[in-house]
Amino acid sequence: MQKLFIRKYLNNKIYAYVTAAAFLMISVLLGISIGTVSVPPLDIIKIIGGELFSLSSNEYTEPMFLNIVMNIRLPRVILAGLVGASLAIAGAAFQGLLRNPLADPYTLGVSSGASVGAVITLFFGISFPFAGLFTLPILSIVFAFLTIIIVLAFTRRIDRSMKVETIILTGIIFSSFLGALISLMIALTGDELRQIIGWLMGSVSMRGWDYIKIIFPFFLIGALLLLLNGRELNAMSFGEERAQHIGVNVQKRKMLILVAGSILTGGAVAVSGTIGFVGLVIPHLTRLLWGPDHRHLLPLSILTGAGFLILADLLARTIISPTELPIGVITAIVGAPVFAVILMKNRKERRG
Amino acid sequence: MLSVQQLSGGYSEEKVLKDVSFQVGRGELFGILGPNGSGKTTLMKMLSGILPFSHGNVRIKGTSISELSSKELAKIIAVLPQHSDQAFSYTVKETVSLGRYAHQTGWFQTWSDEDEAIVRQVMEQTGVSQFEHQYLNELSGGERQRVFLAMALAQEPEILLLDEPTNHLDLSFQKDLLDALKSWTKERGLTVISIFHDLNLAGLYCDRLLLLEDGKISINDVPNEVLREERIRDVYRTKIQKQPHPKIPAPQMVLLPEMLEDEDGPAVIDESLLSLSEEHIVLRSPFPLRTMSSGVVGSGTGWHQVFVNRHVPKSYDCSDHRKEMGDYLRIHGFEPGETVGMMTAVYLEDVSCQHYQEDGFSVLIVVTSGVGNAVDASRGREHSFQLSPGTINTWIFINGEITEEAFIQCIMTATEAKAKALHDLGVKDPVAGTIATGTSTDSILIAAAQRGKKLDYAGTITPLGKVIGSGVYHCTREATIKSRKRVRT
Repeated sequence: MQKLFIRKYLNNKIYAYVTAAAFLMISVLLGISIGTVSVPPLDIIKIIGGELFSLSSNEYTEPMFLNIVMNIRLPRVILAGLVGASLAIAGAAFQGLLRNPLADPYTLGVSSGASVGAVITLFFGISFPFAGLFTLPILSIVFAFLTIIIVLAFTRRIDRSMKVETIILTGIIFSSFLGALISLMIALTGDELRQIIGWLMGSVSMRGWDYIKIIFPFFLIGALLLLLNGRELNAMSFGEERAQHIGVNVQKRKMLILVAGSILTGGAVAVSGTIGFVGLVIPHLTRLLWGPDHRHLLPLSILTGAGFLILADLLARTIISPTELPIGVITAIVGAPVFAVILMKNRKERRG
Repeated sequence: MLSVQQLSGGYSEEKVLKDVSFQVGRGELFGILGPNGSGKTTLMKMLSGILPFSHGNVRIKGTSISELSSKELAKIIAVLPQHSDQAFSYTVKETVSLGRYAHQTGWFQTWSDEDEAIVRQVMEQTGVSQFEHQYLNELSGGERQRVFLAMALAQEPEILLLDEPTNHLDLSFQKDLLDALKSWTKERGLTVISIFHDLNLAGLYCDRLLLLEDGKISINDVPNEVLREERIRDVYRTKIQKQPHPKIPAPQMVLLPEMLEDEDGPAVIDESLLSLSEEHIVLRSPFPLRTMSSGVVGSGTGWHQVFVNRHVPKSYDCSDHRKEMGDYLRIHGFEPGETVGMMTAVYLEDVSCQHYQEDGFSVLIVVTSGVGNAVDASRGREHSFQLSPGTINTWIFINGEITEEAFIQCIMTATEAKAKALHDLGVKDPVAGTIATGTSTDSILIAAAQRGKKLDYAGTITPLGKVIGSGVYHCTREATIKSRKRVRT
């Protein structure tokens, strides 16, 4: 009986991973295939397989397909996937840490903080000699981290018990304030205006392989740090004191998780601007489907988050083709209602 | 096991705890008491390593708490807080499994067979196994508290800290939990340190109690010493009275509500409240009286409002006379719970009663006396045991406030006066042939209004004792003469 259950339980988890991975693969294929020129999925697999294993079988496919897949759509899909994965896992971690299903990089003001960092870099044309291409993401990450620290310290000041609503409210106040700062810089700017606006709208278009190189290391480090803290996040979702009682070194782990979350958010914002609601909706959906255990929630959020943003990007560029919508519009249209539903459900549970 | 030395500190602004020192030995159940704001929870947080302290030290098995890592500490001390946050719905087993955190090592923290076995065992002990796959938010408050207890036990701690563990628990779960804790301290040497709000529970279960007052130790001693009326009254600033537990040697504190003091009616218990019929003599008091009696129902000590002396025929014989009496009372419109009932074969019109008005208090004495079964107490061995209703029933109502010892002294004084009355009448024990001291089935009732003048003693030459002595003598004498006449005629 017991054995049977364990097997069923494991199968359940395996099933979850298989489903999530399949969702991601289908999203990738759709994302590459659909567009003004449609590329059949079989060709996509051939092309990517060929590039990966350097087989010279690509001569059978059309050179136009090769160009579209390798230089335009594949980098775009990979970038969208990485951004979606980063935001989703960061959101899952913030939610666990703050015991708050409404927390995500966007509502906490972390995204805005990262944006300020990025805009400052563009506005002042800052470039660290040793960092080069990485100046922008590094500054984004630093600002993201500073923002979350300030938001949390500020919340603690107002309300020692760190109530859910207070954290969100503080995050939104900071978001507005930082948004105003960004507007101010845009108003003062001259030449860089177009660059800043285009970046701010939140988009993964026309970024190319360079941007993947920027985000990838940050994604790797951030995700790894979070994945190693799954059990600690489980403990901390029962409260920091409780986690301490169980033996978690709360101060250290909390700092690690906040740093990792900031790295992920900063990296994502640096390449794609602020894209809201991915970090909110995806972890919540994943939790609903497969349970709150962070050891599984975090990796599953990576898979579903990546798939979701690839699909959102696909919608953004095809829905009113040939014009492209900013991807943030799509995520907000999906995300805001979900946010409202979660809020209402939360209220009801507490009352009941 | 755990030693606290000159501990001081609190939250940033002010010191909550001031110079607290105590020790707790292995296998002790140690209670921490104190009014709100006395520093109980602060002390608990310092012991569990959550709150840093400014002065002093906490040593666990000889090691200072600051030298232990979070994981090392969690292997020794587990905590059950008053309530736990839970933002997401984990299953019961997932929750309990988290308790194994400190015991798992390495990067991947693999789940061993030992972990599984321990989680199973603690779920069994706390009775949550049947909920294993349910979600926490589907459980009741009490069930959830037991899940968190299982989680704490899964840490395999040597010391268990609890913050008002019985809060939110049903009465039966309170008892189960504390019984379990007590047995774990005895059987496995688990050390339990717990905050209690309920002084009585603490008095029942703890080996030692620490009473905190304004962040300082008021006393640290065994429950009987700590739970003293005056001390608890001072520390908690409330009226309270100490009482022994009826079954086990543990002190119990009861609250004294203020309204009892205010309501000082002019009502006096006197013969006007008596009603007499052929079947029973009844006294209905307008308010409950504190009683000590040997009646058929309502015996022992208690509070009663109705007093019934019932006539039964000489042939009365019933295997369960208590039940029969209860039924009788109910049929005649008396509530057995608030009634003291006695029986006699004497004709009730032979009752003798007298109300004595004294300086500041008064006493009503009611006696029915039949001496057919007269016995000399010193020759009682010569009688075979037999419950027959030829009997002397003595009621003494006191309009005054008397102490426990005065109750007992009332009984002594009344008994001596009764024996003297029989002696003067020359009532003989038919078996032994000597002067009788009473009958084999005599009953007595002392009922005090517990309001008015305070009477501490009732020995034979105290104001109260003098009235009872002469009153009982006269009434017994008169009642005996009346009923003897009837027997002769």
